[in-house]
Amino acid sequence: MKIHEYQAKELMAARGIPVPLGRVATTVEEAVAAVRPLVEESGNPVVVVKSQIHAGGRGKGTFKEHPDLGGVTVVLDGIEGGIDATENKVRELASKMLGSTLVTIQTGPEGRVVNRLYIEQGIDIETELYLSVVLDRSTSRNIVMASTEGGTEIEEVAEHTPDKILRESIDPAFGLLDFQAARVATGLGLEDQAHRNGVKFLKALTAAAVEFDTDMIEINPLVLTTDGQVMALDGKISFEANALYRHPEIMDMRDETEEDAAELEAAEHDLSFIKLDGTIGCMVNGAGLAMATMDIIKYVGAEPANFLDVGGGATAEKVTAAFKIITADPNVKGIFVNIFGGIMRCDTIANGIVEAVQEVGLTVPLVVRLEGTNVELGKQILDESGLDVVSAPDMKSGAQKIVELAT
Amino acid sequence: MSVLVDKNTRVIVQGLGKTGRFHTDKAIAYGTNMVGAVHPSKAGTIESFEGETDHSGVSGRPDTYAHELPIFGSVEEAVAKTGADTSVLYVPPPFAADAIMEAADAGVRLIIAITEGIPVTDMVMAKRFLEGTDSRLVGPNCPGVITPGECKIGIMPGYIHKPGKIGVVSRSGTLTYEAVYQLTTIGLGQTTAIGIGGDPVNGTNFVDCLQLFNDDPETEGVIMIGEIGGTAEEEAADWVKANMKKPVAGFIAGTTAPPGKRMGHAGAIISGGKGTAADKISAMESAGIVVAPTPTDMGSAMVQALGQE
Repeated sequence: MKIHEYQAKELMAARGIPVPLGRVATTVEEAVAAVRPLVEESGNPVVVVKSQIHAGGRGKGTFKEHPDLGGVTVVLDGIEGGIDATENKVRELASKMLGSTLVTIQTGPEGRVVNRLYIEQGIDIETELYLSVVLDRSTSRNIVMASTEGGTEIEEVAEHTPDKILRESIDPAFGLLDFQAARVATGLGLEDQAHRNGVKFLKALTAAAVEFDTDMIEINPLVLTTDGQVMALDGKISFEANALYRHPEIMDMRDETEEDAAELEAAEHDLSFIKLDGTIGCMVNGAGLAMATMDIIKYVGAEPANFLDVGGGATAEKVTAAFKIITADPNVKGIFVNIFGGIMRCDTIANGIVEAVQEVGLTVPLVVRLEGTNVELGKQILDESGLDVVSAPDMKSGAQKIVELAT
Repeated sequence: MSVLVDKNTRVIVQGLGKTGRFHTDKAIAYGTNMVGAVHPSKAGTIESFEGETDHSGVSGRPDTYAHELPIFGSVEEAVAKTGADTSVLYVPPPFAADAIMEAADAGVRLIIAITEGIPVTDMVMAKRFLEGTDSRLVGPNCPGVITPGECKIGIMPGYIHKPGKIGVVSRSGTLTYEAVYQLTTIGLGQTTAIGIGGDPVNGTNFVDCLQLFNDDPETEGVIMIGEIGGTAEEEAADWVKANMKKPVAGFIAGTTAPPGKRMGHAGAIISGGKGTAADKISAMESAGIVVAPTPTDMGSAMVQALGQE
């Protein structure tokens, strides 16, 4: 699960990780009202207006409605014109940005509507750095990755100048040790007070990664200010889905407007669903088989409409819900159910299909391939249901059959 | 011969809820040597299992079975009283990592974690705990391990398996069944099938299993089934190139998966341009592994690798 930048900064600030002062706004009035207290508290006449969407590349992104306007805009008017000038500029920007569609490298051409802005104090930057805490799958431990190349995508740094990436592996029994944090801070070129601030920052950030069960925390850029502070100028946190149950405060931060409606509904039924652009709806048990089913649809010449894993413990209700989600997509021209039952019993799936078709109705062809535990019972239930279901003996012929029927 | 488990394996089950009970019953029906259960709230009681024998399992048994399983309060007690060397876990996700560590602490040789949805942070800790112990973890989020005709531990349907000569190792449960079923249909059968699980942090990996199969005299070939995410398949391909003495076939799921989207399994995600199916397939092919174009072709890819076309 992802959260907005302002929420990530709230969480970091609460754990002693320095971030700039800022206020969130959902209306133009709130945006304007944020300016005065912010400028007075920070003592800096500059503010930054930042669009809050769950996609990166906001700084370089622009609005569909306002092609000259960037997703993150620095307001310098206050340097000469004072707070009033800043307020006027923020009013103008906020009225353009709120409700408009921001297109960035990560949103795709359709972009995302901006519903929230973050008004942040200006920072006098000495250097921009990069810092992240991510799981290293090859060692089964979190690692710190740091680089002096702040503001650049880390993948780019890894490709062109891999020697500029510092890595420290974190032993979960001890956490990031002092000498490791010091080594990173030194590698980042921090000195004296800034070095001490860097060490503190690193220790707090790596502890937060464990406390919040994050998949990834990425601070890009991490900045060294002209007065020696080390601060998170941006913050991207993604939370590990399996651990969300123990973080109700983070669940509350979920912004459902940033997520696909069908995927949300699927999640409510504990289904793993991802919407795709094709025409063949797929219902499968097991993530690997679900992916392979998408692949085989493509292999026989069509495109999958979705990834859908009904999981190991599916009930008839879950199968019904899955069916509804698939058939709600107007692009779907045919449905392929591919089940190899182990933990999941074929009769459960068959009952679910029958119930679902009776409830939802069936307007497109349906091919079902069942194999595994209670397969005979499953096939019997389908046969005796009187439904217009085509049975397939294996995956490839099932895929060929549904593609043939749907086109 | 086989790897990891055989007819002498003594198994306890941790977590005897609805799922645990269902699959324990199936394991007993198969002939697996189930010797006890750990379920603190039912400690001191006996759980009875009876039903029709699964004749695809251990041969030479009567058509019905009645089996009593003593329930213990801790793994330590279960091991002491039953001499179990292997444990299978159906413990719910919030408590599963602790159950893994408890089993390791009790000296269980092989810990097979079926549980899906264990927090990654917990697994990072559990793996750290396992370092320096003699315990091997398989999983989590996996179907388990089966040596056909001898011992079935986990949630796989027994009847699709058949004793034979191919080792199977897979990150995906249901794709394992596909491969196994094809190997059975073709007549090659399996020595042992190991599900290593779809999580980013797991115990036994591809290389561990390839090593075991390489050293097993009865295994004549191996089929490895991977998916997008991470670099475990690439590492396995490197190992095969340098060390493997037996033919290997394979399959990778997720050719059509879009980047940045978690495809069900926590581990199945293409991120930062890493972990694509194309990368894995090319690494495997350059190591001489015959990669099946679709899951339906896994069996024939194995035949091709064995040079039996």
